[in-house]
Amino acid sequence: MDFFTLTLAIPLVSGLLLTVVGERAWAPNLNIIASLGTFLASALLTVEIVAAGPRFAFGEMFFIDSLNVFFVALTAFVGLTTSIFSGPYMRNEQEHGKLTRPRLRLYKSMFQMFMFTMLAALTTNNLGILWVAMEAATLTTVLLVSLYRTPASLEAAWKYFILCGVGIAQALFGTILLYFAAERVLGETGNALLWTHLVDVKGQLEPTIMALSFIFLLVGYGTKVGLAPLHNWLPDAHAEGPTPVSAVLSGLLLNVALYAILRVKVLADGAISGSFAGNLMMGFGLLTLVVAAFFLSRQKDIKRMFAYSSIEHMGLITFAFGMGGAVANFAGLLHMTMHSLTKSAIFFTVGHAAQKCGTQLMEDIRGLIRINPVVGWGLMLGTLAILGMPPFGVFASEFMILTHAMKHHPWATPILLLALGVAFAAIFGKVQPMVFGDTHAKPLPHAPAIIPVFVHLGLVLMIGLWIPPYLTRWFHEAARMLG
Amino acid sequence: MSAAIPLSAQLINLFASVILLLAFAMLAQRRVLPLINLFALQGLTLCLSTLVVAFTTGQAHLYGSAALTLVLKAILLPWILHRLVRKLQVKADVEGLINIPATMIAGIVLVMIAFNVALPISQLSSAISRGTLGIALASVMLAFLMMIIRTKAIPQVVGFLAMENGLFLAATSATYGMPMVVELGIALDVLVGVIILGVFFFQIRDQFDSLDIRHLEKLKER
Repeated sequence: MDFFTLTLAIPLVSGLLLTVVGERAWAPNLNIIASLGTFLASALLTVEIVAAGPRFAFGEMFFIDSLNVFFVALTAFVGLTTSIFSGPYMRNEQEHGKLTRPRLRLYKSMFQMFMFTMLAALTTNNLGILWVAMEAATLTTVLLVSLYRTPASLEAAWKYFILCGVGIAQALFGTILLYFAAERVLGETGNALLWTHLVDVKGQLEPTIMALSFIFLLVGYGTKVGLAPLHNWLPDAHAEGPTPVSAVLSGLLLNVALYAILRVKVLADGAISGSFAGNLMMGFGLLTLVVAAFFLSRQKDIKRMFAYSSIEHMGLITFAFGMGGAVANFAGLLHMTMHSLTKSAIFFTVGHAAQKCGTQLMEDIRGLIRINPVVGWGLMLGTLAILGMPPFGVFASEFMILTHAMKHHPWATPILLLALGVAFAAIFGKVQPMVFGDTHAKPLPHAPAIIPVFVHLGLVLMIGLWIPPYLTRWFHEAARMLG
Repeated sequence: MSAAIPLSAQLINLFASVILLLAFAMLAQRRVLPLINLFALQGLTLCLSTLVVAFTTGQAHLYGSAALTLVLKAILLPWILHRLVRKLQVKADVEGLINIPATMIAGIVLVMIAFNVALPISQLSSAISRGTLGIALASVMLAFLMMIIRTKAIPQVVGFLAMENGLFLAATSATYGMPMVVELGIALDVLVGVIILGVFFFQIRDQFDSLDIRHLEKLKER
């Protein structure tokens, strides 16, 4: 059995297993072991792909190259740390009477199924199956967002389902148009949706149809990325769902949706002369960045605020990929990695902080550094990292995006700087009193799992100071694929 | 005009117009059970239209997708929805507050937009059913309008499913349908989606004692 099969099979099988056996004392450990297995398989798969080049799996059904293997490794890694984090976190929630045993069972099985759908979306070669897997990823998380069954969480889940459903329906129309364009070139074989076949003939695809198709796909998958103006579901879903779900939604699902757009952009760039697709992405990216930055200062709920911060970073990344070229693509990929690691680390600390203080309202969270210095410092360092402070890795990628923008699109630079500045002021001003200041909160029954936070932040710090040559080569390879 | 067009193309156009007509009927239907029946009827018409395309063009896999449409959209989904309505005891739910004449006019405008958007694409198509692409896009937009104006959860979901019907019609009219594996995947997603929504409806009703989604408008930027 090869590593690719294992990467997909472990989450699927363990998801089913966790459904069948139900909530047992060892179920959290099984969840962690399964995630560890997925991560090891994906790491070995990465080694194999980087050494031996792209390959197919199961005929031409799946295709793994250095671009998507990078996302696979990242997804599996954050999946592993989230499952470690969620063990004590969910037990505390259970002790607080917020969750029952059947719901914990639902959480664990759906978490693994969610990992499976994302990994399938990343590795499939068929753009139709990519759509199916993206929709399945929404379906697996709808019931997780409403896990607490509070009125607000039900509303968030309903909005998530309907908005993402409408968005993804547009992506399906885009996929149909793409198939239509491809069929004229490739003929009525089943291959006309296979990306590897499409990329060979991308210069011959009808430009008008491809332009229309790309618009539908960008708006459709963009809804899931959280691009304005269809971002409304994101803060609600992140704030009302359990924290591990917020961490994987923010750190992983948004990346997977953006990956789908990147794959289609390669085709659109080949078919349409000029930089039509890139310009659209730059426009949407900038709009998203600005909208999110200004909403940030109005937030009262801590998870909601960091959800808006995710929207902001997704806007920046979309902008970077919109600029295109080796440097911007490299910066975009680096920023995606940094954002995933930092944002999930922040959500881990935020989860514990909110659990300790019994609220998500920022004005009631005070003095984290006194109750639990590790959580307090984790939140402070994570916030500094996400705001792009050197020496963290986010600084490196934001710096690359900014300098590239200055050189090639100088008009955008003031907008970028303004949005980043507003975001900095809003977030830092709110996090500072939460970390320092007086408090009356009591300790938690189960000690929080804080190691994942520092593993993530350590990696972000390391990449800020020194990117291993192995990683650089891999990023360069992936950036070149994007043209 | 009718003499130049072969019978099969006329039949396809006829079925497509019936689908559009049903989309308008759904837009105007205030009661839940007749709405579900209209949706089932739309699925049946979609199946018949796919069958005619399959028969005329000899595309074997279209028989498969016609069968899939019949089972899923004309039988299984309406049955699940009927069961849900019975179990949730919302049989008598009547939607207030929709201005039907205004909705109809908005619908007509949407149809005109859809036809204009679809025109350049359908001219490039060589498929026998290319004339129906505009209708397909129009039914997608009408379903979208229905989702916007409805205030009850089940009609919104019917709108969501009707949108999928329109997309399916688009796929058969522009390209003779997507590859079978993709269609199976989409069908699975739709089915799982409706089942999850079914679970979700019970959660909403237990929490709010009603399926009126105007209860779900609390989360806003203040």
